[in-house]
Amino acid sequence: MRPASQAETPARESGVGSPASVLARCGLYESPARGPSQNEGVIVLDAAQTKLYYDRGNHHEFVSLVKDLARPGEFTQSQTFDFEFTHVEKPYESYTGQNVKLRYFLRATVSRRLNDVVKEMDIVVHTLSTYPELNSSIKMEVGIEDCLHIEFEYNKSKYHLKDVIVGKIYFLLVRIKIKHMEIDIIKRETTGTGPNVYHENDTIAKYEIMDGAPVRGESIPIRLFLAGYELTPTMRDINKKFSVRYYLNLVLIDEEERRYFKQQEVVLWRKGDIVRKSMSHQAAIASQRFEGTSSHAEARTPSQPAENNSRQ
Amino acid sequence: MAETVADTRRLLSKPQNLNDAYGPPSNFLEIDVGNPQTTGVGRARFTTYEIRVKTNLPIFKLKESTVRRRYSDFEWLRNELERESKVVVPPLPGKALLRQLPFRGDDGIFDDSFIEERKQGLEQFINKVAGHPLAQNERCLHMFLQDEVIDKNYTPSKIRHT
Repeated sequence: MRPASQAETPARESGVGSPASVLARCGLYESPARGPSQNEGVIVLDAAQTKLYYDRGNHHEFVSLVKDLARPGEFTQSQTFDFEFTHVEKPYESYTGQNVKLRYFLRATVSRRLNDVVKEMDIVVHTLSTYPELNSSIKMEVGIEDCLHIEFEYNKSKYHLKDVIVGKIYFLLVRIKIKHMEIDIIKRETTGTGPNVYHENDTIAKYEIMDGAPVRGESIPIRLFLAGYELTPTMRDINKKFSVRYYLNLVLIDEEERRYFKQQEVVLWRKGDIVRKSMSHQAAIASQRFEGTSSHAEARTPSQPAENNSRQ
Repeated sequence: MAETVADTRRLLSKPQNLNDAYGPPSNFLEIDVGNPQTTGVGRARFTTYEIRVKTNLPIFKLKESTVRRRYSDFEWLRNELERESKVVVPPLPGKALLRQLPFRGDDGIFDDSFIEERKQGLEQFINKVAGHPLAQNERCLHMFLQDEVIDKNYTPSKIRHT
C-alpha cells in the first residue's frame, strides 16, 4: 500500500513570540490497487529547525512537539486524523538564506517495519513589530581630508519593510571630479561562531541618485522605496546561530572610475499589516476548512503586539 | 489603527551660495602632454614631451607649470608610486623594444605616428594618476609635474596639505 499523508495548516502564523495553536488534519489515503498494510503507528511532529548549509546535514532543532495519531496496526481503508498543537512557541522568523535556513514544519511519519513513510509541510512564521519609540535620524560628516567632504543624512535609523528612505547628501568640499553617485542596499548574512564566522554580502539594490559633477553647497535628495526589494527584518544572533543585517552604502564614482563609499547600518523591521479586527475573521475562515471541528476552531489572536526585536 | 502614508517630502537643506553655484569649481585639474621634440644625434637620440599643468587644487604649489619629460621619466614615476603608495598605478603605453632594433623600414621609435600614439597614452596615464587623492600626497608626483629637473636621489616623502 502506498499511504499518502496530507496535512492542512493555516499558511501563516504570526505573532511576536505569542504561542498560537496549530490546527491540522492528517489524512492517510489508501491506494486501491494494493491491500491492507501493516504499520507501527502514525506520529505527527511539529518542529522548527535551523539548518546551516556548510555544516553538511547539520540540522539543529530548537522546537519539537510530538503527537501520536494512531497505534500500531493495520490500515484497510483511508483514514483521516485531526490533531492540534496548542501553545507552540515560535520565537524566530522563518528565513531562507545563502548559508542558513530556519524553518517551521509539520512532519507526519508512518512507521513501518521496513521503511517509513514521511511527509513534511512547511509553515511560514513572520515576526511582527510596531513603530519603535526611538527612531532618530542618521546624520554624519565624512570625507577624505582636503579632497572630498560630504554630510549625509537619512531620516530614520529603523525602517519597516514597506518604508521609504528619505535623505540628502550635502557637499562641503569637492576637489575630485565626480561622475555620479548611487546608494546600494547590502544584506550581510553572518553564520558560524568563533573562528568559523563567515559573512556573505549581497547587494540587494543599486539606485542612482545623482548624475553629473556636484559643487560645494549642493544638496542631493534621496528617496528610496523599500517595498520594491526583497528584504527581511534585521535578525541579530538568532538562536546564537546566524545574523542578517542591512547596510546602506553610499557610493561616489569619479571620472577615472575610482569609487569612494560610506557604509551605514540600518535596522529593518516587519510591520504587522493585519488589523486586529480582521484577525478573528481570518481565524474564522481558517477554521471553516475543517468540518466538524468547530469547537477547536478558535485560532488565538496575538495579544497586544509589543515592541520587540527591532530594539534589542 | 489606520495605515499611515509615509512622508516622502525632502529634508530641509541650506540654499546654495551663488558664488559656489556659478563660480569656478574647486576640482579643476588639466594636464596636457604635447609638443614632442627629438634631441641628440645617432644612438643618443631621445624624444621629450611637454607636460603642461593647469589647476586650482591647493595641493599643487604652482597653479600653472610646464616641464619637459621623456619616456624613462614616466617609468621612474610609475615605479616610485608603486613602491611608495598604495595606489594601483595604471599601465604606461608600451616600451616598444622591437622598434629599437635596427634594419626597420620606418623610423622606429622616432616615427611620427608612433610618437603621436605614445603621446596620447602618456597623457591618459598622467591625468589618471594626478587625479588620484593618494597619489597627490606623494613628493615624486609633484617633482615630476612641476620641478624643472627630477632629482632621482631624492628622499621619498608625503606632502602635507597646507
